[in-house]
Parts: sequence; structure tokens; C-alpha cells
Amino acid sequence: MPFIPHTEQDVAEMLAALGIASAEELFDEIPRSLQCDGLDGIADGISEMSMLNLMRARAKNDETGTCFLGAGCYDHHIPAAVWDIASRGEFLTAYTPYQAEASQGTLQLVYEFQTMLASLAGMDVANASVYDGASALAEAILMAVRIQRRAKSKRVLVPGALHPTYLATVKTIVSQQGIEVDLLPMQEGVVPTANLNIDDAVAVVVQQPNFFGLLEDADAITDAAHTAGALLIGVVNPMTLAMLKPPGAWGSKGADIACGDGQPLGIPMASGGPSFGFLCSRLANVRQLPGRIAGRTTDPNGNEGFVLTLQAREQHIRRAKATSNICTNQGLLVTAATIYLTLLGPHGLRAVANTCHRNSHHLVDRLTSFEGVTKRFDQPFFHECVLDFDRSTSTLQQTMLEQGILAGYPLEGLIENGERAMLVCATETRTEADIERYCEVFANG
Amino acid sequence: MASTIFDKSRATRRAKAQHPTLASSPELPSKFLRTEQPMLPEVSELQAVRHFTNLARRNFSIDTHFYPLGSCTMKYNPRGAHRAAMQEGFLQRHPLTPASHSQGTLACLYELQETLQTVTGTAQVCLTPMAGAQGELTGALMIKAYHADHGDTERNEIIVPTAAHGTNPATASMAGLVAKEVQVNAEGDVDLHSLEQVVGPKTAGVMLTNPSTCAVFERKIETISDIVHGAGGLLYYDGANLNAILGRARPGDMQFDVLHLNLHKTFATPHGGGGPGAGPVGANELLAPYLPTPLVAKDENGYRWVEQEERPHSIGRLSAFMGNVGILLRAYAYALMLGRDGMRRVSEFATLNANYLMQRLADAGFELPYPNRRATHEFTISLRREAHETTVTAMDFAKRLLDYGFHAPTTYFPLLIPECFLIEPTETETKEELDAFADAMIAILKESHDNPAYVKQAPHQQSIGRLDEVQAVRKLDVTAIPS
Repeated sequence: MPFIPHTEQDVAEMLAALGIASAEELFDEIPRSLQCDGLDGIADGISEMSMLNLMRARAKNDETGTCFLGAGCYDHHIPAAVWDIASRGEFLTAYTPYQAEASQGTLQLVYEFQTMLASLAGMDVANASVYDGASALAEAILMAVRIQRRAKSKRVLVPGALHPTYLATVKTIVSQQGIEVDLLPMQEGVVPTANLNIDDAVAVVVQQPNFFGLLEDADAITDAAHTAGALLIGVVNPMTLAMLKPPGAWGSKGADIACGDGQPLGIPMASGGPSFGFLCSRLANVRQLPGRIAGRTTDPNGNEGFVLTLQAREQHIRRAKATSNICTNQGLLVTAATIYLTLLGPHGLRAVANTCHRNSHHLVDRLTSFEGVTKRFDQPFFHECVLDFDRSTSTLQQTMLEQGILAGYPLEGLIENGERAMLVCATETRTEADIERYCEVFANG
Repeated sequence: MASTIFDKSRATRRAKAQHPTLASSPELPSKFLRTEQPMLPEVSELQAVRHFTNLARRNFSIDTHFYPLGSCTMKYNPRGAHRAAMQEGFLQRHPLTPASHSQGTLACLYELQETLQTVTGTAQVCLTPMAGAQGELTGALMIKAYHADHGDTERNEIIVPTAAHGTNPATASMAGLVAKEVQVNAEGDVDLHSLEQVVGPKTAGVMLTNPSTCAVFERKIETISDIVHGAGGLLYYDGANLNAILGRARPGDMQFDVLHLNLHKTFATPHGGGGPGAGPVGANELLAPYLPTPLVAKDENGYRWVEQEERPHSIGRLSAFMGNVGILLRAYAYALMLGRDGMRRVSEFATLNANYLMQRLADAGFELPYPNRRATHEFTISLRREAHETTVTAMDFAKRLLDYGFHAPTTYFPLLIPECFLIEPTETETKEELDAFADAMIAILKESHDNPAYVKQAPHQQSIGRLDEVQAVRKLDVTAIPS
């Protein structure tokens, strides 16, 4: 019996204490008609060794090679200490820190995380995570609509180059609350800032860098939104903030809410999850922020410690009037990200961002030196870029995969004339030799 | 005094092995660039490792302590399942890698879908919801979409028991539905008279947990289902308590139309200090077309993703990629090791442990709110008499238990039981551990009479005394950023 410790004698003693002959009697309140005798179709259990043999073989099967694919999930170096410590049983197998005195490790770590994320984003406060970047944006929009509850409209403007699955997720989650999600115009891959019509929208979303890797004129859009009385929501890649202007410094007043996906901060790509979503805001709106928040306080002897605070926002207290239904979040990934940011520090994170920027530009320069390969947009980009090829990019991707190169993200259906377009990315983990090999395989393909 | 990582930071100190060398890169216009350095710690690698290792040591966890947190199913999280998901090929898989080069991952996900369909008695399962609450939202949106498709746009009420978990009414609001409460009777069952009064032409559905949040089996579930279906509503099953009936009763057989499971509970994936979880959603034939995307299908060419284009009725996407795949892989590995008989033993021993511990506490004089009922995989006790006689409350008991080396049970939930403990020992605890917990409860009961003030000031043996939550709200301090 895997994981069940009872000896025959234990069972006998327990049944005797209960005055019953068999544990089956304990289920006598379930109507007979609803009881099944077992789960037909489920195989017999196997040992850990057999299970691991199967899983190793399947994992091995999915090893593809060198990754030049980004599109919201990035191949970064993760220092060894990050998951060595995050996998400690005390972090891995604890739960939500409701009993503060038994959870000081998790609570202090969350407080430190909130500090790092809020500071990176240039905001006042951060929560203890939501599920992922896409659901973080949905929560940010719901939050903005709550803050603007006296406004006449519930219209939110999002950029045309917003990550497509973020847009899809937002639509699913906010669809039933009467919120309209409209697209801003797009020119040359970015939001044109001349004569931007915000009209009666309650919030405007900017993704920086956007899905195509391009840099939006965040200052101008932020100011236009604020002039029109709308809130500004920034969707950002936290790694890039070591170099790029943080949402809190956009325009003259800064963004009101910043959110995004924390995967670049020490989280393996792992098929896209688990990662974590983060949400930062201004202090004035902290009571509209969803999810858990850790705060510093004292015990009767004046010793400092940490608790979950502002719980009156949450579902277990406020029920139908809560800011969100979120309960379980992505705590373990927050643990990993906090250790990652500590090991990197401000200088190290800047070096990672800088190297991603440099490598991507190098890759783009090398590829566009081939005849028939051109940059789609003549705009500043950070570490991803849309290239047009002289052939179908889905075919190109398959051909290069056979040679152990994940060449990029084919954009068919995601951009005008996308059949020959591909989004490429080179993080700090790609070497000069990796980039040369890409070119070689491409040239021969 | 809690020393934060920022207190240890010294300007220009670096953990150089961790990052590339800063080199020149193409210039960006200055309007895009950051001017102020972010507040990240500047410490050595050893300082970082020591700081977080010491923080870890200030946590209770399943690996270190009995953790009978009711409704959370804090069972042992097998290391083998963790190891399985931490294979390089899984960790390094980019989510947008074509299916042709992802057959290993897709095979696991497909087989997990099949397993969960069998476990729950549903027609189809979608794995993408990232936690129980997201599963609930999925279910509520599916119910709404089903009614809309049938021209039933007036159905905007969802019925939840008064004892329901807070996520149920919060989910209803997020889905644009109005939560209507139905009473629970003195035996812990849904009050059928109350239910008949609240159902009607506006009923979209009902959300139920079974066993319920009162920790008893909802005996009249077939009647409830007839009443709700009879009124044109649908039934949603909150899988929080599936551990109690795994392998012996299936929500699909109870006529539930749509449900979620919490893999971090029943399927033993680690809770991670708050998450991640996974909340797959299953549906019967009626509601399956509305399931979110993506799903995994199998055909003659192998496994493949099923996206929105093939699923016109789907409520859509819930995450940027495919939810918490790493958690799904752990649950799959656990299911492989349990197998058919192992699953049935989970509910058998979870229930035996809960009933045994309930009996021991009842024998010691603790009040059972439902004395004529069996425990399920968990049970409640009420400490209202102790609170009345000694002023020692459930919260005080909880804090004192920490000193005895036990994580506290869930306190003050369900809300309708005064001074409540919800206790869930799980199947992976030994009889010795249950006995030790019962002995600690008996010892604290005695202390409450002998020296109530001492219990009310607990904990005494933790790294910190009882923390002032009121001050935490009044003098809000949620970052170390200097103001």
C-alpha cells in the first residue's frame, strides 16, 4: 500500500476503538446505489522505479535542442541554488500561511518578494502572486474597473500587439461582468500615439515590450490615458525592467497598475507552467488589489514578524463581495523568483537583460544578412523580433527542429501575411556558436 | 528581530557566478531606459543560501510536522512524483514546441485526462485550470454558456450552501451570477425544504461539495439533484473533498453535470507555501462542448492539442499556455503509483484515520457538532463550551498546538459552527501521530482550565510570539521600500 503506514495491528486497534468490524462500515452513509466497487479502466499501481523509467523516457523524447523561441516564455539560466532551496520540504510542503507563527519563513519571503517586485516595477505595493501573466492581466482589468466603478463605461482598451493568448484569457475571465475589451489601432507594430482616441474607456493597457518584441511609446500612451481620465495598466516582463523604464515612471504620473508573468525570474519553461503572475499597484488602491499580501507587524514583546494582511479583501472573509475568487496562488514559484532576484541583484539582472538585448540583435543582424530575410518593423525592439522569410515559417520550423533547433514562433494567423513571418528570440543562454549554428542550418535548409 | 535580506545588502557586493558579464549592447533611445536602480539585494551567494535556508527552517510543513488542515488534504507528497516532473526534458520544454516534438508530455497529459474521467465518472476532462478557484470559475462560465445557448438568459442565480467555502460565492460574482444561500440542517445536510424554496426559473445551478464542508456525506444528493435538474438548473461539484470518496463513489454517478478536482489535495502535489495547484474540470456529455481549451486528443498520428477552432462552444482560454503542466505531471506520476486499488485505499484509510481521531477527541469530552454522523476524510469539533467556561478560544487552542509540535487544524470554518476546528488527518499519518495529537488536545484542555491566560498568550515556543494582525492593517507595512 503505497504511502499508507498502517500495520494490521494498527487497523485492528482502530476498528476496535470504533466498535466496527471493517472500515467499509464507515461508508454506510453513502447510498448503496452511488457506491462503485472500483475504477474499471485504471491499471494496477506500479513502483517508483517503474514510474520513473516511464517518465524519464517520455521526458527524453521531448528534448528538442537549442531554443530561439520566446513569445511569453524564455530560456534563461537558473542558478543552481534557486531550486535546491525552493525544493526544501519546508517551502515545498507547507500551505497558505494562515497560522503566521508557524509560517514565518514563507511570510517573510513573500514580504521580501513584494519589495523586489514593487521596486522593479516602480510601484508602491505588490501582491503575493496570481496564476500567470494572462490571468494577472485579467485581474488587473477587473481591479481597474472596480477603482473606476463610478465611471459611465466599462470599456477597456488593449493594444493590437498584446500577446494573443493574454487577450483570449482576458476575454474568457472578464466576459461575464459587462466589460468591453476593444483594440487600440496599430501602426508599424505599435500603438500610434498621434491623436490617440481614449474616449470613455476606464483603462488602457500597454504591453512593454509588446508581443512582437517592440517598444511602445509608453510615456505618451500613459499621459493620453490619464488626460482622458482612464487608468493605465502596464504588462511587463520583469527581467527587462533591469534596463527598461518601469511602469511606475511612465509619462508624467506613471502607470496605475503593473502586472506580468514572472517566468523569466528563475522559473523553468516547463511547458509554460507553473509560472506565476504578479500584480503591483499604487498604495491608494491597495484595498482593490486581489490575492494575498504579507505585512510586517510585531508580537507582544515588540519582535518584528509577518502576517497575511488586508484579508478583508479576500474570498474567505468577504465571500461574494471579495476582490477575486483566488485562493491557492503560485507560492512556490514566488519562492524561486525571490531567491533568483537575490542571487542576481540589481547588477546581475541588468547584465542578463543587457545580454538578452545584445544577443537578439546579433541574431537578427546575422539572419537579415541572408538574402530574403528582412525585419518586418523598423522599430526599436528588446529581445524578440519579427522576421519575414522567403518561405513558409511552419515548414522552416519543422525542418530546423529535425536539426535540433527550435527556430522561433511562426506567426501564421497572428499577423498580416504571417505565413512567412516568425518571432525569434535569443536570451543570455544563447552563445555565439549557437547563433552561428542557427545560421548554418538555415543556410543549408 | 526579523532581519530581512535587505538588511544584509551592501552596495556593490555581487554573486558573480550567477550572471553574464555586463557588456555593451545596441543603444536604445533614453526615453525607454530605466534611470534608478531597483531595490534588489546585493549579497554573496552564501549569504543568499544561508538567508533562505534559515527562512525555510521557520516554516511548519508536511515534511516536518503533522498538518491536519481541514479541507486542504495535507498528505505526504511523494518525492518520486517530484523527481519525475523535474526531468530535464520536461523542465526545458518550451510551451510552443510543436506537438510532433512533444509526444512525451502530451502522452502524460492525455492519460491523466482519461484517468480523471474514470475517477470522476465524467465524459471529458480539461486539465488547464490552474487551481480550484479557477476550476470553479470555469464551471460557472460553462453553466452560464449552456443556458445562454438554450435561450435561458434569465438564469442568473447560483445556489450555494451557507457552509460553502468562500470561493463558491466569490466565483459566482466573478461569473456575473448572484449567489443564493441554501440552509444546512442540524445534521449537516442541505435543508431540502430550503432548497425547494430557493430554486426556480432563475436558477442557473447549484455548487456543492460532497462530502460537504460540514465534513459529512450529503446523504440526499440524489433528491437534491432531482430538485435542481427538475427546476432546469445544473449541478456543479466542488472537488475539494474528493479524497473521502476516491475509488468508491463518483460525482458523475451523483448526477453532477460539471466539476473540478484539486490535484494539490487528492493527487498529492506539493502545496508550495500557497500554491501552485491544479484544478482540472470534468463535464458530462451535456456540458463537455463548453470546456475550456486547450485539450489533448489522440489520433492515428499520435497526440495533439485541440484548440478553440475545433471547439466552437468552448468558453475559451484560461491561461497563456496550458495551465500548470508541472503539477499535472506530478499528479499523473502519483496516479501511476497508486493504481486502481491504491486509489480506493486512499479513501479507506483517510476515512479510518478521521473517524478514529474523532472518536478519541469525543471520548476526551470535545463537542461534536454532528454527533450522530460518521466522519468522512475529515470532521469538525466545536470548542464553544471551552470558550465559554475558560475564555480559551479555538484560535488560542490553535496557537498552543504549535507549541506541541502540530500545525493547527483549519479554524473558524465552516462559519456556521461556533469555535470550530475542521480536522483532516489524511491517510498518510500513523496511528501514533493521531494519538499524539489527541493527547496534545487533552493536555491543552487541562491547561485551559488550570492556566487559561497562558494558553491565551500562546505560542510560547516558536521563533515569534502571537502577532498583532490589527496593527498590521492599521500601520500597513507591505514592502521594505523606504517611503
